[in-house]
Amino acid sequence: MAQVTLRRIIKEYEGGVQAVKGIDLDIADHEFVVLVGPSGCGKSTTLRMIAGLEEISAGDIAIGGALVNDIPPRDRDIAMVFQNYALYPHMTVYDNMAFGLMLRKFPKAEIDRRVKEAARILDIGMLLDRKPKALSGGQRQRVAMGRAIVRDPKVFLFDEPLSNLDAKLRVQMRTEIKKVHQTVKTTTIYVTHDQVEAMTLADRVVVMNHGVIEQVGPPQELYHNPATRFVAGFIGSPAMNFIPCRLEQGGAGLQVELPGGVALPVPAERKARYTAHQGRELLFGIRPEHLTEVRPNDHRDNMAVFEAVPEVVEPMGMETLAHFRVDGAEICARLDPATPAAPGRKLPLAADMAKMHLIDPKSDKVL
Amino acid sequence: MTLPLIAVIAGLVAWPASYAIYLATLNRRMTAFIGLDNFDILLDNETFRMVIWQSCFFAVTAVLLKALIGFWLAHMLHHIPTKGQRKWRGMLLVPWVIPPALSTLGWWWMFEPSYSSINWLLNAVGGPSIPWLGEPWWARISVVIVNVWYGAPFFMIMYLAALKSVPDQLYEAAAIDGATGWQGLIHVTLPMMRNIISITVLFSLIVTFANYDIVRVLTNGGPRDLTHVFASYAFQVGVLSGNIPRGAAVSLFMFPLLAVVAFFVLRGVNRRQREMA
Ligand SMILES: Nc1ncnc2c1ncn2[C@@H]1O[C@H](COP(=O)(O)OP(=O)(O)O)[C@@H](O)[C@H]1O
Ligand SMILES: [Mg+2]
Repeated sequence: MAQVTLRRIIKEYEGGVQAVKGIDLDIADHEFVVLVGPSGCGKSTTLRMIAGLEEISAGDIAIGGALVNDIPPRDRDIAMVFQNYALYPHMTVYDNMAFGLMLRKFPKAEIDRRVKEAARILDIGMLLDRKPKALSGGQRQRVAMGRAIVRDPKVFLFDEPLSNLDAKLRVQMRTEIKKVHQTVKTTTIYVTHDQVEAMTLADRVVVMNHGVIEQVGPPQELYHNPATRFVAGFIGSPAMNFIPCRLEQGGAGLQVELPGGVALPVPAERKARYTAHQGRELLFGIRPEHLTEVRPNDHRDNMAVFEAVPEVVEPMGMETLAHFRVDGAEICARLDPATPAAPGRKLPLAADMAKMHLIDPKSDKVL
Repeated sequence: MTLPLIAVIAGLVAWPASYAIYLATLNRRMTAFIGLDNFDILLDNETFRMVIWQSCFFAVTAVLLKALIGFWLAHMLHHIPTKGQRKWRGMLLVPWVIPPALSTLGWWWMFEPSYSSINWLLNAVGGPSIPWLGEPWWARISVVIVNVWYGAPFFMIMYLAALKSVPDQLYEAAAIDGATGWQGLIHVTLPMMRNIISITVLFSLIVTFANYDIVRVLTNGGPRDLTHVFASYAFQVGVLSGNIPRGAAVSLFMFPLLAVVAFFVLRGVNRRQREMA
C-alpha cells in the first residue's frame, strides 16, 4: 500500500522565493504519475519534498497513509533516480545497487539475489564489476534504476532521469522505464519538462506552472480537454494555435470571427457552453493536427474551410507543416505530404471545429 | 623542449641527491670511500637507535593527529554557511603562515619552566605544573603538539577542498539509500576523499620526518638527546660535531623506506584516479 498524498504543500526558499505554492495531489497505489512543466516551475522541489531532501514550509505529505513531514529520507522507504544518476564513483555497479540493502542489514544471499534479479531486468548483468566511470550514459541510467529497484521501496521518484541522454537513447530508455513499471508496479512519481515523456509514460499527468498545479488528468484528457491556456499550449507538439477572436451570432448559429474577416461556425453542441460569452474578445485555440488540407469528398461534420497563404512549408516526411499568420498570430497546420503547398501560394484549409477551444484571455481558463 | 627540464632535474634534483649519497659513503675527513660503514656505525649507536624510534614516533603521531584534527576542522567549516566560513578559515590558517621558527619560540616561552603560561593556566584551574621540556615524555609530547598546531591547518585546507568536491547529490543518494550522517561519512565522504587523504598524509609524513626547526628551537634534542629526529640529529652530527659524511648518512636513513611508501601510495592514487574521476 503506497499511496502518496500531498495537502496544501508550500515551499518557500530563503529569500522568500515561493517555489511551490500550495499543492494538493493524491497518487494511488501502483500509479505512474508524471509531474511536467517548464523549467523552474517547482517540479523538482515538489519531488524532493516527497523524498525528504527538502523541508516543507507548510502542508502535509503522507506516504502509504503515514504522515512523513518530519521523517528523514532514509526512513521514508522511497528510492530516487537523479538526473545525473548520482552513482557512487568509488563503488562497483554491484555495490552501488547493494549499498541500500547493506545499510538495511539484509542477508548477503538476499542482497545477491535482488541485485542479480534487477541486473537481469535491466540487462546489466555483465557490468556488475565495473565502476560507474567505465559505463556509458545509458548504462549508468540503468544502474541508477537498478539501485532503486533492488530496494523494492514504496515509491520510486525520478527527477528528469533521461535529460542527459541523447535523443535516440532517451526514447529507448523511456520504453524501458515503462516496461519496468509494468513489471514491478511500484508507485512512481516522475518529473520531466518534456511533455512527450509525460504523455507516453503517465497514467496521470500533473501539469505544473509557477509553483501551482494547472491540471491533473490522464494524457488523453489533457490533450482533448485542457483546463487552461497553459495546459492547452504545453501539451501537444507542435503546440496549439491561439488566435484572438470574437464570438458572435451568425446566420447559422454562433461563429468565431477571426481578424481578417474569416468566420468559422461553432458546432451546434457547443452552443450551450459558449452562449454566455457571446460578443466577447476571446482566444480561439486549435491544434495543428485539426487544421488540415481540404480533402475531396470530406464530409466530416463541423469542417470549416478557409484560405491561408503559408509563409514557410516544412516537409517532415510523414506530414508537412505549413506556417502562416492570421493578424500577427503564428499558425501551424499539419498537412498530408501529398498536398501541393508552397510558400506564398493560396492554400485552402479545413478546420475541425469539433476540436476547437475557446479561452477567456482574462482568466486564461478554457471555456 | 624537454631539454631545459632535464637540465633542471639534473642540476637541482639528481646532482644534490647523488652528492648526498656519495657524501654518506666517505670517512669523517672525506678522504676515503668507506661504503655503508657510516650506516653500520650508526645502527650500532644507541643514541641513533633512539633517534630512529623518536623520529618514527614523532612523525607518525604528529601526522595522524594533524590528519584527524584537520579533518575535524574541515568538517566543521564545511557545515557552516559560506559567508562565515571564510573568516573562520582565515583565522584557522594563521598557525600555518607564521614562520615555524618564530612560532616555536612562542611555544617555547609558553612551555618554559619558570614562566610557563600554560602551567600558570593549569595552576589557575587547580592542575599540576608540568615539566613540559624537562622530562623526556613531556618533551616528546610538546614537540608533537607544536608540530600538530603548525601543520593541522594545511590538512584542514586540503580536506575542506576535498569535502567541497564531493557532489551533494551523492549525500542525497546515500540519505535515500538509508545512510545516517555517520554512515554517509564512512561510506561516501571518506572513500571519495581517499586520494587527497593519501597524498596529504604521504607528503606530510615526508615533511614531518624531515622536520628540523621545531625540535631545534623547542628542545634542541634534549633532554639527553631523547627528542632528536633525523634532521636535528644530522645537523648535530654533521655540522656541530663536524662529521659531515655521517650526518649525510643520518639524513638519508629514511629515504629508502619513504621512497617505497611513496611508490605504493602514489600507485594507489593513480589507480583510483583512473577508475573514478
Ligand atoms: N535551493 C534553492 N534556493 C532558492 N531557490 C531555489 C532553490 N532550488 C530551487 N529554487 C527555485 O525554486 C524554483 C523551482 O525550482 P525547481 O523545483 O528546481 O524547478 P524545476 O525542477 O521545475 O525546474 C525555481 O525558481 C528555482 O530558482
Ligand atoms: Mg528540476
